[in-house]
Amino acid sequence: MALDDRKSHFTFVGTRPNRPDGLDKVTGRARFGADVTAPGMLFGAILRSPHAHARIVRIDTSKAEAHRDVKAVVTRADFADVPFKPGLEGEFWNVLENVMAGEKALYDGHAVAAVAASSALAARDALKLIEVEYEVLPHVTDVDKAMAPDAPVIREGAADYSVPEGMHPNVVRYHESGHGDVEAGFAEADLVIEDHFVTEATHQGYIEPHACLASLGADGKGELWCCTQGHWIVQKTCAALLGIETAQLRVTASEIGGGFGGKTTVFIEPVALALSRKANRPVKIVMSRSEVLRATGPTASASMDVKIGMKKDGTITAAQGVFRLQGGAFPGAPGDMTAMCAFAPYNLTNVRQVGYDVMSNRPKQAAYRAPGAPMGAFAVESVIDELCKKLGLDPVEVRLKNAVREGTKASYGPTYDRIGLVETLEAAKAHPHYSAPLKPGQGRGVACGFWFNHGGETSVSLALSEDGSAQLMVGTPDIGGSRASMALMAAEVLGIPYENIRVTIADTATLGYNDVSHGSRVTYASGLATIKAAQHAVEKLCERAAAKWGIPVDAVKWENGCAVPSGPNAGDFDPLPLAEITADMGRTGGPISGHFEATPEGAGVSFGTHIVDAEVDPETGKTSITRYTVIQDAGKAIHPAYVEGQFQGGAAQGIGWALNEEYIYGEDGRLQNPVFLDYRIPVASDLPMIDTVIVEVPNPGHPFGVRGVGETGIVPPLAAIANAVSNAAGVRMRQLPMSPPRILAALKGNG
Amino acid sequence: MVEVHLWSGLRSLTGGQEVVQVQAATTGELLRELVRLHPQLQAPIDAGVSVAVNGRIIAAGLSEPIPEGAEVYLMQRLRGG
Repeated sequence: MALDDRKSHFTFVGTRPNRPDGLDKVTGRARFGADVTAPGMLFGAILRSPHAHARIVRIDTSKAEAHRDVKAVVTRADFADVPFKPGLEGEFWNVLENVMAGEKALYDGHAVAAVAASSALAARDALKLIEVEYEVLPHVTDVDKAMAPDAPVIREGAADYSVPEGMHPNVVRYHESGHGDVEAGFAEADLVIEDHFVTEATHQGYIEPHACLASLGADGKGELWCCTQGHWIVQKTCAALLGIETAQLRVTASEIGGGFGGKTTVFIEPVALALSRKANRPVKIVMSRSEVLRATGPTASASMDVKIGMKKDGTITAAQGVFRLQGGAFPGAPGDMTAMCAFAPYNLTNVRQVGYDVMSNRPKQAAYRAPGAPMGAFAVESVIDELCKKLGLDPVEVRLKNAVREGTKASYGPTYDRIGLVETLEAAKAHPHYSAPLKPGQGRGVACGFWFNHGGETSVSLALSEDGSAQLMVGTPDIGGSRASMALMAAEVLGIPYENIRVTIADTATLGYNDVSHGSRVTYASGLATIKAAQHAVEKLCERAAAKWGIPVDAVKWENGCAVPSGPNAGDFDPLPLAEITADMGRTGGPISGHFEATPEGAGVSFGTHIVDAEVDPETGKTSITRYTVIQDAGKAIHPAYVEGQFQGGAAQGIGWALNEEYIYGEDGRLQNPVFLDYRIPVASDLPMIDTVIVEVPNPGHPFGVRGVGETGIVPPLAAIANAVSNAAGVRMRQLPMSPPRILAALKGNG
Repeated sequence: MVEVHLWSGLRSLTGGQEVVQVQAATTGELLRELVRLHPQLQAPIDAGVSVAVNGRIIAAGLSEPIPEGAEVYLMQRLRGG
C-alpha cells in the first residue's frame, strides 16, 4: 500500500472540535443497548449456577414452561452442535459453552437455562420454577493451585499443541520465547534481583451493562440490536451458535457505554435469539451489574516470577520472566501476550520469557485494554525500580540507557521500526513533575509500557450529498470518540468543514465486514480506510471537473475543497468547489461515493511512560494518588482531546486495578463482591487531575502517522503506582491490589 | 531463500530448529512452505500466527510480499482489547 501522504501541515487534523454525539448523550437521546423496544416484545432472564463446579445431572423446565406468562424456555439443547477443538481453535465451542452450560456448570454464575416471559418480573420469577439437579464437584479458582498436581480437572483435552508433556490438564496453552543466554547474562551482572508478583482479576467496569433485543424467525432470518464493540463478530458467532446463515442475521450496534475489550464477544445475544426463535416473538435481555461481574469476562489474574540482572552503570545484562495467567474455565488467558510485552521496552542481549494459559473455575476472561501486558509490566518494572534503588541509580536514566529504539531487536524477536519510547522518557525527564519536591510520606514511581496495536479487516463507505455535505459509514462501534476522528480525517482529504460530515456506525447489512473495535485499531485502521475512501471520492470529483473543463483528469488536482488545474499548462479555470460538483452529479455521471476495503497491516507498536506520586497513610493503609502524568506516543493525535481522554482513562482504570479492584472468591468458589459497592472502581474523589503529554513519532504504516492509543495507557499504571507506593511505604509491594489491609500488613511485616 | 525465526516454544515441532529456511515470496507461501517442511507446525498456524517482516507485524494477511533477505519472525497471533 503506497503511503505517500503527508505527516504534517494539517488543516483539520489536530484540532479539537465538539464531539458529534455530544448533544445526544447529554440530552438522553442517544440509544444504548437497553433503550429499544419492539411490538410484542418478551423479556428474557437467565438461570445461573450457584456452584463453582458441578455436573448438571438433570434440568426440569416443565413447571416454568407451564406458567402462563412464560413463552419459551431454552437450555443447551436449543443451540447448534458446535464441534469441540483444543485451545483457541475451538473458540466457537468455548463461547457456546460459556453462553449456556453443557454437561457441567464451570463457575459461579454460569448460565444453565433461560426463559422469555411477558414481563421482566415474570421472567425472573419463572427462573425459580426451573429445577436443576447438580452433582457438586471440587473446584479451584487460584492460578497456582489450578496448576498443582492435585487440582481438580476443569476439562480434559482442552490443551493445545503447545503444552509440554507432564503438565496438569488445566494448563491449556504455553508460550516460550527469547534470545541470547540468560545464565551468562546474569553472571555478568553486578546485582541480580528475582521476585514473585501476584495480580487479581479485575473487571473492565464499563458503565453500561450488556443489553440486546433479538428477533429470529422459524425461517432463519433474524434482527439483533445489541451493545457491542463489534457487530460483525456478533453476527458470525451467533450464526454459528444458532446454526443459521451469517447473512440472514442483521446486527445493529447500539451506542455503547464503555467496552475496554469486554464487549468483543457474546454473552446474552445468542440466548435472546434462541428464546426468540422458540417463542416467535422479539426478546430483550438486559444484564444486572451482578450478572456482569459474575458472568462476563474480567481480565486474567496472574502469578509471576521475574529475574533481572544489572551492572552498576544501569545496563541490564539479562532478564527472565515466568507469567502464569488464569482465564476462567476456558482457554484464552493471554499469558503469551504478557510474555511478549513484558520486556519489550528494553534492549536485551539475553532474555527469556514463558507464559502459561491456565483454566480455573471462574468466568471466561475477556480482553481488557492491552490484555496481558499490564500484569507483566507490574512485575518487570517493579524489579527494575528495586535494582535502581539498590544501585543508587535514577529510574528514568536507567530506562533511557536500556530503551529500545529504531533498529533494536525486540524481546519478542523482530527489529523495531520507527518507535517513540525514548521520546516519552526524554519528555518524562524534562517534565516539571519529575523534579517536583515530594512531601514527607509521599513516594514517586515511574514505569514504561508497551503494546502491539492492531489493524484488522476494515470497510468504509463515503457518500457525497448534492449540497456538498458527506455521509461516512464505518463499521467500528465508537468506543472512544472515533466518529469525531473519522470526520476530521475525511475533512482533511475532502477539504470541507468537519461539521459537514456525518459519521454513522453502519449495521452488518449495509457495509462490508469490519473487525471488532479492539487492539486500538479504530483510529488507525478505520481512519486509514476513511482517508482512502475520501481519496476515492476526490478522484471522482476531479474526473467530473476535468470533464466539465474538457481537460485530461491528470491535469486536475484537489486543493482546499476545490478542483483546480494542476498547473499553468492545464488551462485557466476558476477553482470548482466540491458543492458545485455535487450539485450537478446526478446529471454528470451519477452519485459520487468513495469506498475502501482492506486489512491494513501497519498498525505500529506504541510505548508510554508514566510518573506517579502516592501518599500512604501509615495508620489506615489508605493510598492517595497525589499527582499523575501520562506521556505516550500517539504517532499523530487526530483529535488531541480524545487522545488525552484515552491517556487519562488508562491511568484512572490503572489506579483502580492497582489500589482497590479485585475479584474476591470465597472458599465455596463463589464471587463475594458482585456489586459496585463491594467491587470498588475509582470514583472522581479517588483521582487526581491526570496530566498528559502527547508525543508524536509518526507511524510509517498510516497516511497521517497514527498509532493506536486506546490500550498502551493501561500498561504502565500498575507498575508506576506500585513503585510510588513502595517508595512511599518503604516496603516493596508485590501483590495487587494494594488495598489498605495489604499495605498495613506490609508495613507491619517491615517492622 | 527466507530465514524464518520461530519462537522457541516451537522448537519441539521442528526437530530443535529455531530458524527454518523456506522459499517464499509472500506471507501465505511462507506459511504453506513451513507446514510442508515441518507438518507439525500446522497446529500453531491453525491456532493463529502473525508474521513480522522487517519489523512490520502482519497480523493475518497472506498476500504481503517478503523481499529477498528480509528479516522474518513467526509470532503468535495478537489479540487486543
